[in-house]
Amino acid sequence: MSFDSARAYRLHPQVALRPEPFGALAYHYGNRKLVFLRAPELVELVRELDQHPSADEALAGLPEARRTAFRKALASLSGSGMITETTHD
Amino acid sequence: MTEALTVQLKAGLDAPICLTWELTYSCNLACIHCLSSSGRRDPNELSTAEAMAVIDELAAMSVFYVNVGGGEPTIRPDFFELLDYSVAKGVGVKFSTNGSRIGHTEAARLAGTDYVDVQISVDGATAETNDRVRGEGSFAVARRAMDNLAGAGFGPFKISAVMTRHNVPELDGLAELADGYGAELRLTRLRPSGRGVDSWAELHPTQDQQRELYHWLLERPGVLTGDSFFHLSALGESLPGLNLCGAGRVVCLIDPVGDVYACPFVLHPEFRAGSVRDPGGFESVWRTSELFAGLRQPASAGACASCGSYDACQGGCMAAKFFTGLPLDGPDPECVFGHGADALATVAAGTVPSPGPGHSKPVRLSLSRRR
Repeated sequence: MSFDSARAYRLHPQVALRPEPFGALAYHYGNRKLVFLRAPELVELVRELDQHPSADEALAGLPEARRTAFRKALASLSGSGMITETTHD
Repeated sequence: MTEALTVQLKAGLDAPICLTWELTYSCNLACIHCLSSSGRRDPNELSTAEAMAVIDELAAMSVFYVNVGGGEPTIRPDFFELLDYSVAKGVGVKFSTNGSRIGHTEAARLAGTDYVDVQISVDGATAETNDRVRGEGSFAVARRAMDNLAGAGFGPFKISAVMTRHNVPELDGLAELADGYGAELRLTRLRPSGRGVDSWAELHPTQDQQRELYHWLLERPGVLTGDSFFHLSALGESLPGLNLCGAGRVVCLIDPVGDVYACPFVLHPEFRAGSVRDPGGFESVWRTSELFAGLRQPASAGACASCGSYDACQGGCMAAKFFTGLPLDGPDPECVFGHGADALATVAAGTVPSPGPGHSKPVRLSLSRRR
């Protein structure tokens, strides 16, 4: 499923984040993918994603200059399964 | 890979990404290129309790997984106990085996365990090519293990081959072998480490074969390489992955007696950073060893500084240079432009560092046939 920033996302429950000087390493125990999160602000965004009703609203807290880059980063993280759409049932 | 990230990776991480842990030097095979000169068990091997304490440390450092090898790791009587313990602590296990102990029972047990990856080693797509390096009958044994894993529904395991002069012509055959099992293919570079010191000269791929391998890999980004062929990136477009030597920066090795080395291919006192048995344990070695601090400093391009491809190949593999007697700030012995071959010609006899006999068994089977 393609990334839609109007929807709500969260870190996949099988993903572990390890802080590093450049940001964090994210490892998905399910698909075994390892991803570099290359900004501490991106790590913060990903960690708190589930507290926002949509990815757009999570991005709204960032300076405008970074929003485009971080929206792209979220799309890429969604593609690799690191973040997943929150389903309400 | 952005330049900024490469710079940061070179400066080291808070914990390794790629940690290899050789659980035992004991092995039922005697591969002529064995990087750890394995054969006999070391009596000073880490006990079950010590190994568990290491796993506790790795879990606390958020090491996501360990690459377990040997020797043949499944020979340890506590192998499955350690595997289960590690997985329960959130440290995934990717282990490498010759397959001799992956019967139906073991395959079913592995299929039922999360966070375990299995890698079966073969060094050719045919018994003839494989067995001349790994020993008579070893291909059939590996195939049986693959059959057992497939039969148990393990899912995509890995088939791993070290590239040699003899198996480069079998690249497509290796890919077909993996495809036939729905397995992933992993190819790594032969280093002149361990018993490879004696076999490297006759086994390492030729220059033409290196070029063939490079183009073959570029067309198959799905083939895993452990990022070990970055010296080939000097041929043009970079291969996928980290194009840098990760030794002591993102990679390290714990050997069966708990000694910590910069990478799996440098089992030599010069590259020993400490021991997990030291006060402070593994974490202290990783974070404070002087050797690792040195490796995390910017490296000098040395004799390669005037070559336009240094940014692509980074001067190649430290272990390959060290065990062929080449300076560490010069070309790789397999430099794609032949600078390494020229440098090798000037290495004086008797000046090449020896890895020592290691844990090789005194008698190697089929020795006469292989030579």
